Amino acid sequence: MISQDISTVLPELLLAIFAMASLLFAVYTSKDKIAPTLTYVTAGVFVVVALWIGTMGGGAQVAFNGAFVDDAFARFAKVVILLSGAAVLVMSKEYMLRLNLLRFEFPVLVVLCTIGMMMMVSSGDLMSLYMGLELQSLSLYVIASLRRDSAKSSEAGLKYFVLGALSSGLLLYGSSLTYGFAGTTTFSGIIEVASHSHLSLGMLFGLVFIVAGLAFKVSAAPFHMWTPDVYEGAPTPITAFFATAPKVAAMGLFARVAHDAFGHAVSDWSQIVALLAVISMFLGAIAAIGQRNIKRLMAYSSIAHMGFALMGLAAGTEVGVQAMLIYMAIYVTMNVGTFAFILSMEKDGRSVTDINALNQLAKQNPAKAICVLILMFSLAGVPPMIGFFGKYAVLTAAVDAGLIWLAIAAVIASVIGAFYYLRIVYFMWFGKDGDTLDDNSNAVLWGLLVASTVLTVIGTAPFFGIEGAAAAAAQALVN
Amino acid sequence: MENLLSIVTFIPMLGAIVLALFLRGDDEMAQRNAKYVALIATAASFVFSIAIFTNFDPNNTGMQFVEERDWIMGLKYKMGVDGISVLFVMLTTFLMPIVILSCWGVTNRVKDYMIAFLLLETLMLGVFCALDLILFYVFFEAGLIPMFLIIGIWGGANRIYASFKFFLYTFIGSVLMLVAMVMMYVDAGTTDIPTLLTHTFATETFSIAGIHVVGGLQTMMFLAFFASFAVKMPMWPVHTWLPDAHVQAPTAGSVILAAILLKMGGYGFLRFSLPMFPVGADILTPLVLWMSAIAIVYTSLVALVQEDMKKLIAYSSVAHMGYVTMGIFAANQQGVDGAIFQMISHGFISGALFLCVGVIYDRMHTRDIDAYGGLVNKMPAYALVFMFFTMANVGLPGTSGFIGEFLVLMGIFQVNTWVAAVATSGVILSAAYGLWLYRRVVMGDLIKESLKSIKDMTKLERGIFAPLIFMTLLLGVYPSLVLDIIGPSVEALTHNYHAAVDAFAPMEAVETTTH
Repeated sequence: MISQDISTVLPELLLAIFAMASLLFAVYTSKDKIAPTLTYVTAGVFVVVALWIGTMGGGAQVAFNGAFVDDAFARFAKVVILLSGAAVLVMSKEYMLRLNLLRFEFPVLVVLCTIGMMMMVSSGDLMSLYMGLELQSLSLYVIASLRRDSAKSSEAGLKYFVLGALSSGLLLYGSSLTYGFAGTTTFSGIIEVASHSHLSLGMLFGLVFIVAGLAFKVSAAPFHMWTPDVYEGAPTPITAFFATAPKVAAMGLFARVAHDAFGHAVSDWSQIVALLAVISMFLGAIAAIGQRNIKRLMAYSSIAHMGFALMGLAAGTEVGVQAMLIYMAIYVTMNVGTFAFILSMEKDGRSVTDINALNQLAKQNPAKAICVLILMFSLAGVPPMIGFFGKYAVLTAAVDAGLIWLAIAAVIASVIGAFYYLRIVYFMWFGKDGDTLDDNSNAVLWGLLVASTVLTVIGTAPFFGIEGAAAAAAQALVN
Repeated sequence: MENLLSIVTFIPMLGAIVLALFLRGDDEMAQRNAKYVALIATAASFVFSIAIFTNFDPNNTGMQFVEERDWIMGLKYKMGVDGISVLFVMLTTFLMPIVILSCWGVTNRVKDYMIAFLLLETLMLGVFCALDLILFYVFFEAGLIPMFLIIGIWGGANRIYASFKFFLYTFIGSVLMLVAMVMMYVDAGTTDIPTLLTHTFATETFSIAGIHVVGGLQTMMFLAFFASFAVKMPMWPVHTWLPDAHVQAPTAGSVILAAILLKMGGYGFLRFSLPMFPVGADILTPLVLWMSAIAIVYTSLVALVQEDMKKLIAYSSVAHMGYVTMGIFAANQQGVDGAIFQMISHGFISGALFLCVGVIYDRMHTRDIDAYGGLVNKMPAYALVFMFFTMANVGLPGTSGFIGEFLVLMGIFQVNTWVAAVATSGVILSAAYGLWLYRRVVMGDLIKESLKSIKDMTKLERGIFAPLIFMTLLLGVYPSLVLDIIGPSVEALTHNYHAAVDAFAPMEAVETTTH
């Protein structure tokens, strides 16, 4: 029995051993000197594990008395998490080196954080959910404040920690209520209690608190307050990390809890999620208009995007989960490219984040400007870019579930949101002559930007099997 | 040649890719090469499209040259044309080489300019050929991107405002259509347009917030599509983006905007609104007709007082599009025939008028009517061409402008005499602003010092106008060329439309008696 459990959690186990081993190795040998190598090795390990999990196949397996679930849904989320983590690690190396931030703890913390995320999407029990969530969050708190000498970075870490602790408290309180009224912490037990009758008042309260805690983790409005500050304060590669893998993990966990534990109470949570979605979409779209700092802008953009992803979840159907997964995969692809570009924004050798600095990029570096143009239109959801198909998927899911009002609200929010993406295009292409960015041609960033752009354009033709994988994942979760 | 439509559609895009990947530098040689590549690509597309035209069977009212492949998310890549769309494809491929020739004098970022136009052509052709709802939407929306860039990069002084207004205005219209498309997909289970044409959407009255929606789902969907096409068309009162966009866009951009992009709205009404939601269309027809009538009179009056030549022609376009919507919603043979004819003919005429403005703008760098006067003394050939197209715009018999307006008015007279009477006054007004513009710009003595050295049209410019004059005259004296092709398809369309509306009427009667 125990050997079977171990084999189910083998990828996580190996990653944990890898994290510990690299920590020991770095401490006993050259410390920060091996950090660049370690970063690349970690990225390589992520890719290998992603390939391994991606090709594992097989049905659902449960380990540790239902605390850990390994099914198609978890595998899909894990592959996206690992690949985006690898991309962020690769692109962060040079930037971190330059700011003298590349300590060997950084890749180790990213690995620990990733294990937490893999745990989250695989959790089958309120306890393992909380363990995964905290493992992820604690690592994130530390790397958000990695730049100790910067007040902003420390502020970001502290703010994130305090608010994160609050949300964990909400989540725990909800969990304890649910446990109290259901008599069990396993999702399979909770869903059984919930299916017998209408949700009891205590369970309902538990559900609401859990949803609030999770909404904080996905930074859905009105629990988004930390996002812009943390995005702005953290070093840019860390921001890129925040914007990708943890979002996928949190959305995965959200779907997991919603369907695995409260799958028979769809009508109870779907309206809450729909409300979160609509507030997030509008807040993200409207608040970003006034932003001058591209990192803050991307923070609001991610809030809006989470709103769209939640719309898929709000549908409460298999189609909805599939749409959500497709949306997240597409979102991560676009964000990796966008952050690769933001990392390459430099003026006089220093990184800049003001969008005015983009002035006339098209004249100075047309190829880069084209890439960013495509990514921006894709983020805005304009066809034929892949971002549109993500929106189409969640819209279809919402309308299919009868949430037509939500679909209409979503498209209106997307028009408002289009304005600030267009403004970036405007600076790059229509701006007046003046200062321009340095001609930075870091091969890694350039490669990631181009790769992400190419995926954004030609991804619409074959879709790279995401659709089928997401369908299988959704089926595994909902049924 | 099974993939003829795809070939025609994607040749320009191929040209754009070649330019993007292989053309380096921005010297004179590179610029000329860019222009030649663009010209060859658009001309090749036109040559292939002739094969569509000659092999098209007008008596077959179904889709022809159909291609079908699986795409993503259960969508299909499906292309095809029928009598309604084939002429728009021809119009686009015919005009594009002319548009490319008209930017021969451009020197600012020529390569990007050519790429934008080539991509735009692919997307426009895709709109007219697409037979899958979402594929149509993809082409329809994606066209905004190159046009946004064309206005924003190569436009006039106030180009940023105009480009944002253009983009956001049209975007908000189309996203509502997207929701309706998703609803259609959920309702009918397919995004295949020919299948949807035979699907009947629910017409049961329901109420939202206490308001009874007669025609039910069909009315709601009609309104969602209407939001998109009315903005695109553009219809009064959502036309305000058009004058701004036209004035700020470079000449070639204005030509495409007026000649082809506006037609997407009319095409959309004919492809979706009328045949798919006949009951909704029937209920809202009076509204649309009066909106069209107001558009014709109001925008003609506005055109009278314009100081800017392009703005004047832009308002005249809105007025002429008023005839188109009126003809479409008259929903009889003459009306719809006239509307399509008017769209084709307006493509040639308004395109040519914007080119006329471009000719003198290139020389004087101003569009103010006051800055001109007496051009006939120095530019006799130009005066003749401008005269011809002004007359065609007014609707002089013998030019294609007359046929379209006449058919539309004939169609609308059978449906609503009052609307017809109001609309007919627009004919007089169009003569007023057209001729007055002509008098102020071309006639009189040449007294302005700055105009003394102005040169008449070059050979290239004459060459650009020649095919447009030829087509305008040809369609004016031999309208059957168009009407024979669209006739059977239009007949099928109106027949099905009236059958669906008649089928609804008894239901409505039953409903009112039972309440």
